[in-house]
Amino acid sequence: MRVYDPTERAILNGLQGGFPLTRRPFRTAAHELGLSEGELIDAIRDLLESGRLSRFGPLWNAERLGGAVCLCAMAVPQERFEQVAEEVNAFPEVAHNYQREHAFNMWFVVSAERPERVTEVMAAIAARTGLAVYPMPKQREFFLEFKAEV
Amino acid sequence: MLDPIERRLIAATQAGLPLVPEPYRAVAEATGLDEAEVIEHLRRLLASGAIRRIGAIPNHYALGLVANGMSVWDVPDEEVAAIGAQVGALDFVSHCYERPRHPPQWPYNLFAMVHGRTRAEVLGKVGIIARLIGPAARSHDVLFSTRILKKSGLRIAA
Repeated sequence: MRVYDPTERAILNGLQGGFPLTRRPFRTAAHELGLSEGELIDAIRDLLESGRLSRFGPLWNAERLGGAVCLCAMAVPQERFEQVAEEVNAFPEVAHNYQREHAFNMWFVVSAERPERVTEVMAAIAARTGLAVYPMPKQREFFLEFKAEV
Repeated sequence: MLDPIERRLIAATQAGLPLVPEPYRAVAEATGLDEAEVIEHLRRLLASGAIRRIGAIPNHYALGLVANGMSVWDVPDEEVAAIGAQVGALDFVSHCYERPRHPPQWPYNLFAMVHGRTRAEVLGKVGIIARLIGPAARSHDVLFSTRILKKSGLRIAA
């Protein structure tokens, strides 16, 4: 477990949301964290460059922008797993794909601006791989903002 | 569908805000809007939920939260709303959704994503969920991720 210095800890725990919508937002946020504007910008750059932050900025909600998203699961025979992963990942509409330990061992998200396109891509994946694609669309969300504490 | 201004704002910010003292002015220059318009649009998109939040988006793996367990539960349809609200409110549950069953292979209708530093920690948290739901959970399972096969952010062309 790596150790975070107090500045990094303050950014990670205190700045996962609420970044100001003002002309000098880094200055305002830095002041609240007891830093200077330049120190905050440098620290965020370090966290990004070392990969501890994926991004710094708005977290867009794809579905609320009018796009369609569907989680899908497949049961892929172990000996074909790598090949099927390549076939699935080749679709630009496949945003995330995770291997999981279960008979349903491949879980991916299909997203597109048009809902019909999501259905087309699921059908194309099934045709391409010869495997059933199980749609797992979100029917209801029980949402609480996630805070990863370090 | 996205309106043209939203599309430009997404294209200009999906990789992150510019790390400069006046980031919204930089976004304005990239999008052909003015700074006040950028701020006003972002404020409205945040209020409407199109932007979930603005700030640091951590990489859970790099933060040591390497164990990622998707817990899945078979609960009665008429109770899923009440149970989901309770499970979703737990501070260690990052996402909680109702999704369709695919019997017989997949009896589960409630998904709760649990992150932790180790599998044991995740399983301990899943145990807390099991006690919270009680006998209403007819069965459950935890699917650990073993590999990220692909991860790309939202990609919207300008």
